[in-house]
Amino acid sequence: MNPFTTRFGRAARSIAWRQLRVMVSKPALILPSVIFPLFFFAAFAGGLSAVSEAPNFDYPNYTTFQYVFVLMQSAIFGGVFTGFAIASDFELGFARRMLLATHSRSALIGGYAMAALARALLVWVVVTVVALATGAEIAGSVGDLLEILVIAVMLNFAATLFASGMAMRFRTLQAAPLIQLPAFLIIMTAPVYVPRDLIEGWVATVATVNPMTATLEAARNLIIGAPAETLLALGVAAGLIAVTINWARTGLRRAEAAG
Amino acid sequence: MNVAAATLRAGLGGVNVGTLTQVGYLARRSITRTVRQPILIIPSLVFPLFLLAVNSSGLEAATLLPGFPTDSYLTFALGLTFMQGALFATMGAGQSIAGDIQHGFFNRLQLTPLRGPALIAGQLAGVTLQGLIQGGAYLIIALAFGAHLEAGPAGVPVLFALSALVGVAFGSLGLAIGLRTGNGEAVQGVFPLMFVLLFLSSGALPRDLIENDWFQFVATINPVSYLIEGFRSLFVTGWDGEALALAFGVALAVLAFGMWAATAALRGRMERT
Repeated sequence: MNPFTTRFGRAARSIAWRQLRVMVSKPALILPSVIFPLFFFAAFAGGLSAVSEAPNFDYPNYTTFQYVFVLMQSAIFGGVFTGFAIASDFELGFARRMLLATHSRSALIGGYAMAALARALLVWVVVTVVALATGAEIAGSVGDLLEILVIAVMLNFAATLFASGMAMRFRTLQAAPLIQLPAFLIIMTAPVYVPRDLIEGWVATVATVNPMTATLEAARNLIIGAPAETLLALGVAAGLIAVTINWARTGLRRAEAAG
Repeated sequence: MNVAAATLRAGLGGVNVGTLTQVGYLARRSITRTVRQPILIIPSLVFPLFLLAVNSSGLEAATLLPGFPTDSYLTFALGLTFMQGALFATMGAGQSIAGDIQHGFFNRLQLTPLRGPALIAGQLAGVTLQGLIQGGAYLIIALAFGAHLEAGPAGVPVLFALSALVGVAFGSLGLAIGLRTGNGEAVQGVFPLMFVLLFLSSGALPRDLIENDWFQFVATINPVSYLIEGFRSLFVTGWDGEALALAFGVALAVLAFGMWAATAALRGRMERT
């Protein structure tokens, strides 16, 4: 059975289509999610490349090192920006009307997740073109790159579920900092600038238990054609989805109860 | 406090005394508002300190690079922290005046004999206080976590003076934007630009250690680099006359531009309303 022809599929597709049309008709909504990763890429890969000359920095190309970070960061922020869109839809009353009109209400989350993925794919294409043009090197096989894509898609889905859960609980754009802050914390306490071995102090401890670390390290290994701990990264991403799917589902129940 | 009555009373006095009194009342209101609304101060304390903590752990390896000026990245990164705090002042000042306009307080002020310069100076008092509180907090916390101030105790007043001056300078820019737009969201919209100025600077590495030519060029023409380097010189070098002169010079230039822009925006708004 084609999932897109089921009631769930049709509703999710309609919501995703609407989201994409809103994005296309209002570039101001899509621009931040494209510009911010590019800006971080420019600031980190451009300004900090000398850090790669520090003793024991054992990664071949700093631009590639930062490209992978920006890829994963944009996967997460793609979900966060979708959370803003959901909160805005609740504030304007559209999401409530959708709750009344949709037979399968979880299709709401499915539709927003599809739109979040489309948004992230656009950002990844732009970031990849810029990264390759500015010196990033890809030594991994097609299979390795597909695994990076799978990790990024899973992170994007988990972030969308988390942001949906928050947006449906608060149903106002004023909750934007609450949606953004955990994402910012999880991103910045991963090995952003240097490999984990070179991080010192409390961030080193936090990075060890930060789920973002496993996904980031696996993707950085895959892109240079030296896969390591990919299964761990996939497992961590799947675990994040398992936790956040419940978070999104209970958020939807709260929104339904609020009427 | 009845600011309108106070400014009326002030308006009856001599020109100099009147303006000073008006500044005093508005400054007291601005300071009271800053103190009563911790939400205005807390983000400007927490975010720069969080970034300082993350950067000082994540980039400690940079201190091993040949030519890096100190063996403590925490000490090195403090310049960026002070500058980040000043950029929050831009938002604070802009949002305060935009709030006054949106809530009608500004219109009521215009019914009084309040002078324009008094309004601008008074509004900036809260920003100055915010800059001093931030500077004190950054310094105490950083020293407690092992940073060192190479300039010694005599460097503290210079650090506070530069912190307050940079805060007022960027606050005047925020004020200009707030007066021009009269909208808090529009003021928030400027934040990404401030973020770009902060990150495309010599905040993370000394300029001579930046490898990419285009980034080094951008950091060199970015005035924020010189402000950061002024703060940093007190922590890392001790007394570097050139770095301090450039920092104070750039801050004064930003202040002059900000005051001109704020005065022009105020004049335009008074004509419109």
